[in-house]
Amino acid sequence: MKRQWLRRSGLLLLALLLALPLYAALIAASHAPQDLLGRLPWLPGNRLLHNLRTVLGTGLPGSPSVLRMLGNSLVMALGIALGKLTLATLSAYAVVYFRFPLRRTAFVLILSSLMLPLEVRFYPTFQVSAGLHLLNSYGVLIVPLIASATATFLLRQFFASMPPSLLDAARMDGAGPLQFFLHSALPLARTPLAALFVLEFVYGWNQYLWPLLTTTDARYATVVMGMQGLINAGTSFALPRWDLVMTTALLALLPPLLVLLLAQRWFIRGLTDIEK
Amino acid sequence: MGGSRAAGERLPGTWFRGRWLPWLLLAPQLLVIAVFFLWPTLRALRDAFYQGDAFGLSEEFVGLRHFAHTLGSAEYGHALLLTLAYALLTSALSLAGGFALAVAVEGLRSGRTLFRTLFLWPYALAPAISAALWVFLFRPQVGLGAGLLEHAGVHWNPALQAGQAQALVLATTVWQLLAYNFLFYGAALQSLPPSLLEAAALDGARGWRRVRDVIWPLLAPTTLFLVVTDLSFVLFDTFGLIDVLTQGGPDHATETLVYKLYEDAFRNFDQGAAAVQSLLLMLLVTGLGVLQLRLQRRRVPA
Repeated sequence: MKRQWLRRSGLLLLALLLALPLYAALIAASHAPQDLLGRLPWLPGNRLLHNLRTVLGTGLPGSPSVLRMLGNSLVMALGIALGKLTLATLSAYAVVYFRFPLRRTAFVLILSSLMLPLEVRFYPTFQVSAGLHLLNSYGVLIVPLIASATATFLLRQFFASMPPSLLDAARMDGAGPLQFFLHSALPLARTPLAALFVLEFVYGWNQYLWPLLTTTDARYATVVMGMQGLINAGTSFALPRWDLVMTTALLALLPPLLVLLLAQRWFIRGLTDIEK
Repeated sequence: MGGSRAAGERLPGTWFRGRWLPWLLLAPQLLVIAVFFLWPTLRALRDAFYQGDAFGLSEEFVGLRHFAHTLGSAEYGHALLLTLAYALLTSALSLAGGFALAVAVEGLRSGRTLFRTLFLWPYALAPAISAALWVFLFRPQVGLGAGLLEHAGVHWNPALQAGQAQALVLATTVWQLLAYNFLFYGAALQSLPPSLLEAAALDGARGWRRVRDVIWPLLAPTTLFLVVTDLSFVLFDTFGLIDVLTQGGPDHATETLVYKLYEDAFRNFDQGAAAVQSLLLMLLVTGLGVLQLRLQRRRVPA
């Protein structure tokens, strides 16, 4: 239909417009620094691999190793995502499949942590972490961030919606709470767990303020929090190194982007599963 | 939460019994919450009423002095108004944009997957990295966007012009949030019956009326959810974006509440002011949470 094509062209134009920041970064990352002084070239150049090698090898002059920063980001993102899923799954399982005193209280306490995200209590949380001598470690990048009200709530919903007959059948076979958890509950929760993993990996990788506060030692710097310093370092020369800065930016945005794109299909399905 | 309760309650015979096992399962998360959530919150509550000396050796109780000082300061008032305007404007724009995009894409007969990806990807980016892309795009003399503006006769210099810095922060935030709203509206639309979506596929006045009268009301729960998450994103998660784009400048023109708290805590080392501002932020975010619960209760009579 003609109108469908019209709409499709309009959407495509809009999508290209919205991709302009990424395209400009790609242009910069594939050229030599002096090519970027005047008007930006329209087409990508052939220096992308060269710039990648420079950034991952020597890095930007006067800044910590980009490779190390990427590694730290990966440790932080994986640690947070796996930590959140583990803690949330265990808690959700406990409140759905056990009956014990203060069960509701425990659940409400976990949910209440949703009310105050780290971004509003970063200052006292920083003080507590400093008091515990945790600064400048992988632990401080990960542990304070692995409580998850959202994941606990959604997994509780999911576990609660599993048919009770499943539990009865397992009990008939003589399964205890841990066998039922490992052989029935966990495998069935694959889709919501995968969707939550994507969500939390992106969350962990993209942290900025918390690593900025807690890692003054460059050995623990993550690439996202280091971006500001990299821009300053890269543009402090007579010939600004936008080629290297933008190459680093592309490297910093690639992992969460890949995770999202690879997982997009069941990420959306997981979200709609959860919303129901 | 109302509807889930029925599903959550089981017959007594189908529960596991156990005294210590459930607590063992809960222990890791409760421990993290106690140390990194409850303790800091209590600490901020206490610090807001105390004044330490310059060496951190002694403290005295000062009552509401820090509160009076913060709430009475013109800078805090400025940051508050600026933050509210920024949050409302960016949320409204990206909500409307995300909805329109989602309706347009989900109403397509083919190629939906491609377009979903084309509009979704900025969602994965860290706000600080989005900001880095936009810094380059709008760097005077170098950037593509800056070049266009200069060509159009604008004296583009966001490092000095407050309005330009604010516009830059606004545009970057909307760009990022748009993908998020598109994602959730898209997921909600996909869970509607396909026959309803065909209404959205119509162009012109008839399609528009159906979108307004049928689709928009059906998506009200999603809209409520997104209003609150958008607002809290802009209020609390844009520190990195602002830090990379403008560092709160020029002359505090882009200094949000969170940015001001960071400045007072880690540049001015004003512990009392930082504790009070932390508490005020907590109040603000709690207010948002209560608002969300209220709105949801009114919507869903369960």
